[in-house]
Amino acid sequence: MKELALNALDAAAQRGISYADVRAVELREREITTKNGRAGHVSSSESMGIGIRVIASGRWGFAATDDLTREGIEAAAALAVEIAGASAETGERDVRLAPEDKHEAVWVSPYRVDPFSIPVDRSLAALLAVDAELRHNPGVKLAEASMQFARTRQVFASTAGSLVDQTRVTSGAGYSALSFKDGEIQRRSYPNSFGGQYQLKGYELVDELRLLENAPRIAEEAVALHSADQCPEGEFDLILDSSQLGLQIHESIGHPIELDRVLGSEANYAGMSFLTLDQLDRLRYGSEIVNVTCDATIEHGPGLGTFAFDDEGVPAQRNDIIRGGRFVGYMTSRETASAVGRKRSNGCMRADGWGRIPLIRMTNVSLEPGAQSLEEVFGAGHAIYMETNRSWSIDDKRYNFQFGCEIAWEMRDGKRIRMLKNPSYSGITTEFWNRCEAIAGREHWTLWGVPNCGKGQPEQVMGTGHGASPARFRGIRVGSAYAG
Amino acid sequence: MPGELSAAGKAGASGRCPAQYEDIFQQVVDEARALGVAEVEAIVAGGEHALTRFANNEIHQNVAERTVQLSVRPVIGGRTARASTNRLDRESIRQAVREAVAITLLIAPDPDLPSLAPPATYEPVERWFEATAQVAPRERALAVAEAIGVVQGHGQTAAGIYSTDASFFGVLNTRGVSAWYRETMARFSITAMAPGSSGWAKACACYHGDLDPAQLAATAAEKARAGREPRELPPGRYDVILEPAAALDLTGQMFGDYSATAIRDGRSFLNDRLGRKVFGENIEIYDDAYHPLQSGPPFDGEGAPRQQLRLVTAGVVREIAYSREAAAKAGVAATGHGFPLPNELGEAPANIVMTGGDSSVEEMIASTERGILVTRLWYIREVDPYDKIFTGMTRDGTFLVENGRVVAGLRNFRFNQSLIEMLENVEMMGQPVRASGEESPEMVVPAMKVRGFNFTEVTRF
Repeated sequence: MKELALNALDAAAQRGISYADVRAVELREREITTKNGRAGHVSSSESMGIGIRVIASGRWGFAATDDLTREGIEAAAALAVEIAGASAETGERDVRLAPEDKHEAVWVSPYRVDPFSIPVDRSLAALLAVDAELRHNPGVKLAEASMQFARTRQVFASTAGSLVDQTRVTSGAGYSALSFKDGEIQRRSYPNSFGGQYQLKGYELVDELRLLENAPRIAEEAVALHSADQCPEGEFDLILDSSQLGLQIHESIGHPIELDRVLGSEANYAGMSFLTLDQLDRLRYGSEIVNVTCDATIEHGPGLGTFAFDDEGVPAQRNDIIRGGRFVGYMTSRETASAVGRKRSNGCMRADGWGRIPLIRMTNVSLEPGAQSLEEVFGAGHAIYMETNRSWSIDDKRYNFQFGCEIAWEMRDGKRIRMLKNPSYSGITTEFWNRCEAIAGREHWTLWGVPNCGKGQPEQVMGTGHGASPARFRGIRVGSAYAG
Repeated sequence: MPGELSAAGKAGASGRCPAQYEDIFQQVVDEARALGVAEVEAIVAGGEHALTRFANNEIHQNVAERTVQLSVRPVIGGRTARASTNRLDRESIRQAVREAVAITLLIAPDPDLPSLAPPATYEPVERWFEATAQVAPRERALAVAEAIGVVQGHGQTAAGIYSTDASFFGVLNTRGVSAWYRETMARFSITAMAPGSSGWAKACACYHGDLDPAQLAATAAEKARAGREPRELPPGRYDVILEPAAALDLTGQMFGDYSATAIRDGRSFLNDRLGRKVFGENIEIYDDAYHPLQSGPPFDGEGAPRQQLRLVTAGVVREIAYSREAAAKAGVAATGHGFPLPNELGEAPANIVMTGGDSSVEEMIASTERGILVTRLWYIREVDPYDKIFTGMTRDGTFLVENGRVVAGLRNFRFNQSLIEMLENVEMMGQPVRASGEESPEMVVPAMKVRGFNFTEVTRF
């Protein structure tokens, strides 16, 4: 891998470039699913290739290949330089990168049990036990369970002299129960929707999730939703569980703080951001108890956004995004840092494999735990408590959002009064966060993994991390998804 | 880039796999037989993909990627699993076969697992254009420069992409299937931004010469100009005119449900609606891999030939897709819409053609007393899987229509709209076109005028 990366770097460096970096990447993945008592999708894959990024003629060029012969690498390097030359057909602004030290490192993410050492039949047996428990409830029409594992080794080499050999192991697991009755489809998922929980861990994650012991409750709730009342429409105090709050952070804080979006790079596809440069250090993003960090360091936890170096060779960092409710920071790259007066990138450039360029991506964008107890969050008075995402949508500048959840309860004085089906809530980003009035403490804080964040053209899919505790919001619009 | 792909490109657009991949498959077969496995399938897929991306009136990202992937699926006594690799040397192929066999043997037999697909003949389709496969970075850059110039000429800022792809997909198995398909595809998309407004246009075609980047730029710029100083209208029900991209991105959300497996699972909105009138009498929808405006292979993930489906006739849901496994369970013939095995989803239509009408968008506008013209929809997600309610936003060109004329730009809306209700309320349709958006796979759909579309909120721009 190291030799491959350095050979590719040499091939680029000989072609009149002013800068080049190469990522040689080897990815191994395994996916195991079950459906209604049978194995579903059992697969194993490996992929290896190189991505060569150059600055030539003052512009970026990038070419990637899995033809790792000398001829293949030479062709990719030549194409990257040719592409950079073509980029110069438009504009007059040369690319300039913020300085970064030379780094040499070898890093392997911590894990206790190598997931690839676990036989497929052991994983299948664990999932089929969950499946049987779910279908023990006769109201469950469809039971699905899954595990995903990945090991990515990447050697980054740059003409600045950096050489970083980094290996990350991630795992994910979860399940869902679906019930169809009387013209209504209801689903419950555990521990989260869309595949469950994902972290930078080995197979130990599967054991930690207590999949089997939660299956009867999940099946029961899926069926019970049919006879629950429809979530009312109106303005209510809203309490969110930490997984839904994690996605709320992702969509309404994580994406708007991507500086490339702010500067227009994504205008044609993912969109831009309401966080224009004049908002930095001025905007009251949330209430005073809202503190958000963007933290890729291992000290933050085993998130999908945890690493030692980003894909520009910049070390992992912890940065404040919202401090005491005030907006204080963007996620940056070496090219964009100077736009907000920073002398150095804060290390958020990540690429989806060897075939795509690094983009500014969320690392772990997390809401710090609050000072309140869980009892204080659920508190006195009337509120609606929602759990587990079902749908999510937000406009292309990240003002207006709407989320649906799988289940809700009407709460009074901290007690569940009745179950509610088809819950949803909506709002404007900064209005929502300014109505945050209670956040539960560290003991209720979970670092959730979002495995499917899309951005860029060609589209890239990235895993991101979001830590959150349950929190309470005052006077939020509820039920709009079924309005009209 | 490398010669391997170019050689593959000399074969026909569809038919038998080129010799180089037949050779790789023979290695797969030999390795499998050495392990005592007689039944094996291989999929080879890959291509060269290039994309020139621009923003702030200049190219800022410009990339190319080349890859070939082999995946191997043995069938051993009712068991199957898949192992994939992009390393095509003999040792890597051996490892892939061994991995596939090893994980297959750890699975319990499934009595419903179909045997490998039998050989078939495929109706040829021609969707490969050598000139598109050979587009150089400078050719894309010059077209982008011209389009940027058009937008700049309106005092606006341009962002977008110009991509050219050359890809192939082949399925081979030990029963004699050797199915091969290749196509080229070009896409041009542009957003023109003015202070307080924006406009968008996108097109795609198998031959890049069918695209007109300068014209698309002019369309986007005109939308941005017409939308300046947008008004805010209260949310509510409005008559809407959905341009083809908007119609595509919303209607395209439902076709995964036209699946026998989805209905058997209880996760389809058609669970109890098959054979019933679900939409308006004017709604006719087909699945047709051979339609001249369509793309994609004439066979499915197992190599079964695609059949034409009459999905909706006069508003009645008539036919759905069946994979070989779903067809065997239902006692019907497979329709050639199965996903590569193993998978839990089964099958889905892949080449949607919606029959339209003969009204132009201009005629729809002229017939509207008060309504909203929608260029594009964004971030569409399912709210209710049975009532088929979707939420999403309008984007990059939303206009107020009054007394038969576009009179102003509008701030963007959030909608929560049932597709079932929407397709009961289609009043006018245009000629179907190959539409391209960002939320659904490309389809052949018309623009449509819809009565009483449900907007529930307004955003800030």
